[in-house]
Amino acid sequence: MSPPVVEKVWEPITRIVGSLGIHTKVDFADRRVTECHSTSSIFRGYSVFMRGKDPRDAHVITSRICGICGDNHATCAVYAQNMAFGVRPPALAEWIINLAEAAEYMFDHNLYQDNLVAVDFCERMVGETNPAVLRRAETTAAPRAGEHGHRTVADIMRAFNPYEGELYREALAMSRLTREMFCLMAGRHVHPSTLYPGGVGTVASPELFDEYLVRLLRYAEFLKRMVPLHDDLFDFFLDALPGYEEVGRRRVLLGSWGAFQHPEHCDFRYESMSDWGRAMFVSPGIVIDDELVTTDLVEINLGIRILLGSSFYDDWEGQEEVFVTRDPLGNPVDVRHPWNQTTLPRPQTRQFADRYTWVMSPRWLDRRTGELLALDTGGGPLARLWVTARAGLVDVPGVTADGGGIDISLPRTAERPEVTWRWTVPRWSNALERDRARTYYQAYSAALAFHFLEQAMTELRAGRSETWSPFTVPSDAIACGFHEAVRGLLSHHVVIRDGQIANYHPYPPTSWNASPRDCFGTPGPYEDAVEGTPLFEENGPDDFKGIDVMRTVRSFDPCLPCGVHLYLGGGRTLATRHAP
Amino acid sequence: MPGIDVNEAVDILWLTAGLSCDGDSVAMTAATQPRLEDLVDGTLPGVPRMRLHHPVLAYEVGDEFLEAFRRAAAGEMDPFILVVEGSLPDERPAGEGYWAAFGHDPDSGEPISTCTWVDRLAPRAWAVVAVGTCAAWGGIHAMAGNPTGAKGVEEHLGPGWRSAGGMPVINLPGCPVQPDNCTGTLLHLLRQRVGQAGALELDGLGRPASLFGETVHECCDRGGCYEQADFADGYGTHGCIVKLGCWGPVVDCNVPRRGWMGGVGGCPNVGGTCIGCTMPGFPDKFMPFLEEPPGARMSASAVVLYGRTVRALREVTRASMQVVPEWRRR
Repeated sequence: MSPPVVEKVWEPITRIVGSLGIHTKVDFADRRVTECHSTSSIFRGYSVFMRGKDPRDAHVITSRICGICGDNHATCAVYAQNMAFGVRPPALAEWIINLAEAAEYMFDHNLYQDNLVAVDFCERMVGETNPAVLRRAETTAAPRAGEHGHRTVADIMRAFNPYEGELYREALAMSRLTREMFCLMAGRHVHPSTLYPGGVGTVASPELFDEYLVRLLRYAEFLKRMVPLHDDLFDFFLDALPGYEEVGRRRVLLGSWGAFQHPEHCDFRYESMSDWGRAMFVSPGIVIDDELVTTDLVEINLGIRILLGSSFYDDWEGQEEVFVTRDPLGNPVDVRHPWNQTTLPRPQTRQFADRYTWVMSPRWLDRRTGELLALDTGGGPLARLWVTARAGLVDVPGVTADGGGIDISLPRTAERPEVTWRWTVPRWSNALERDRARTYYQAYSAALAFHFLEQAMTELRAGRSETWSPFTVPSDAIACGFHEAVRGLLSHHVVIRDGQIANYHPYPPTSWNASPRDCFGTPGPYEDAVEGTPLFEENGPDDFKGIDVMRTVRSFDPCLPCGVHLYLGGGRTLATRHAP
Repeated sequence: MPGIDVNEAVDILWLTAGLSCDGDSVAMTAATQPRLEDLVDGTLPGVPRMRLHHPVLAYEVGDEFLEAFRRAAAGEMDPFILVVEGSLPDERPAGEGYWAAFGHDPDSGEPISTCTWVDRLAPRAWAVVAVGTCAAWGGIHAMAGNPTGAKGVEEHLGPGWRSAGGMPVINLPGCPVQPDNCTGTLLHLLRQRVGQAGALELDGLGRPASLFGETVHECCDRGGCYEQADFADGYGTHGCIVKLGCWGPVVDCNVPRRGWMGGVGGCPNVGGTCIGCTMPGFPDKFMPFLEEPPGARMSASAVVLYGRTVRALREVTRASMQVVPEWRRR
């Protein structure tokens, strides 16, 4: 008789922000995960307590949603406020916000990749889960050793051992440098102090940008070792474990809501959003089965649906007020769109056959087929790079997207010459490509930051040093903000009535990625990516660590209070399968 | 309680499963004075090593990670430091469900509420630190209209509560906590644990007195603008921003003096209004954030006559000082 299908619970999942849950059944005969549920165990109630508040406070409050990318929320909220208040910030303010957000990407991806994800690939972990792979790494010369200085792949793995490895420690230090860059532009990390509707309170001076520049050069120097090093590490796994590309693989269903406004184009009016959206320095768009189906933020907006099915909430449809029936262009707005959502929390016991999580199920309606798609973000970078490459709209010094990929250049630094890397659209949306994109996107952000600095200093030299435009709050308005949080697409939708917030719904990336089965039974992205994933871990059922599942879940860069369940070791036997 | 030897490690159990954003954990990794690594390595003289059990940084996952928490709850761990991040919800209205949970009960398979963990761990802790304003007094999640009944750790544990080490809950407010305020306080506690430092001095609100003894205004480098009645009427300029909504004159916080991290950034010192995020009344009493505080209207008016006079006199003197002495021109 073959090993049985068993249920295993791991709770909480560590090395993510917040707690996230996945409940899984593992078939040890087939070495495959057969079933997976994603669950979240914390509810805080932002969309409930935002109602009735002053709309000018939205960015301050919503920043507190997230402790690692709160500034992404604050920025997205400011974009929505600018639309609601009809204010266009001075160009210099937009460059300052872009510099802050570039620093956030550089910081967060670096810390997450090299201090949290990398531990799944470190010597200690690989030694415990795949000793044969570690033995092979010891004798595998790192192909790009000349660029990063680590002779074998095992040397790279050792450098990521927690607290002791030199790269682990260097990454921590580097994550502080990039956070200082953020603080130069936005005052405080992670909840910024100088961000406002209409611009920023930051005082622009030549020194401010120089202080950013000297730090950016140090970070660029660091990337010149880290990009080739991560390529060596991830390529090794694909080589050492044939079939590893199937780990965490799911259908290509990627969304990016775009990042970095171009102040020449962006007037924050909904009516012109399709145009200024396409001028962003990270393109908005949706890729389905490697086909770019839209780059239109209005179309993206109107397609969003918030479904229930497995979540601890009562439905609002037919029970609560419909706030918005038409968008400012006259298009119909669905009752399940965030503008019309009402959050009705209903705490209850966790039943995996029924309701099991505090996360809802955001989906995107593909009008061509009528499908409600469980889009994912590829952890953020994979969707951003994929959409931007296919859209081919970004072409500035340092970054060129051309349909098949993106060329990224960093200038000469103290110890290394100028470099150009190419990120090519991969064949799969899987765990390793999500991780690889995270490294390349750090370079993408750094290259753009050089461009933004140049633009900011040009404004300053021309004597345009204002960073804020005054505004008034209308008594009634609807607005939306679209942005890319570090780990993926982010939207804020607001309805203002009588000068107060009547409805407010932020949709961060993890709401999409960690969503549960919806009312139609469609699983969320984590569930979908873990389900069917093959297992390469050498351990048997008794000392199973689930490393391939961990790598899958962490490749999405989870960021919400949740926990992953994977019950084994003394777990209930669910089914016994006979070997053929 | 007897001290321990400096060569022993001190366990720190860090719960992030309150109603939180993990921002205080992230802030802790930003600290440089001291760094997280300095405490983990145990390289500071006279300071025991910190054995950190933290969900964001742990090597272990799931049950392996929870093992330390279960051991501590069962009284099988030497007196430890418990750090709580996030506010604690009122679980009564949640019925059979829960607002916040951490891990699960191996017997029932049901999640264990965060409040239950605090109830089990706090009585056995040598010290309890409430990091961030949420854990101290409820913070943003306790805002009017919230459905969860969120409150701080001290209120949850009740009046007069003392840790096994004889201390009240140590409140480290800030949204998030200023990074060095966090690691600096942990450093003091590690020293205190081995008898290398006296008891941490706390003020009436349970905050380390040395960190919260002055107001934002008292350490703000724009205080001089206030004195001369140089008030900004828009963001992004150099004047005092009290008329734009800055609460600095009445908020206890050292951020303008320390900067946000590595001496960089801050709040009013770099052009961002103080929103009172270190205070028990945060956020409700400071909203709407973008409006001049009612008290500021009066006090700012009061300094106008004095400030303008002083500024005019100083401008005369300043002009004179900007000319080299007459004799040098000969």
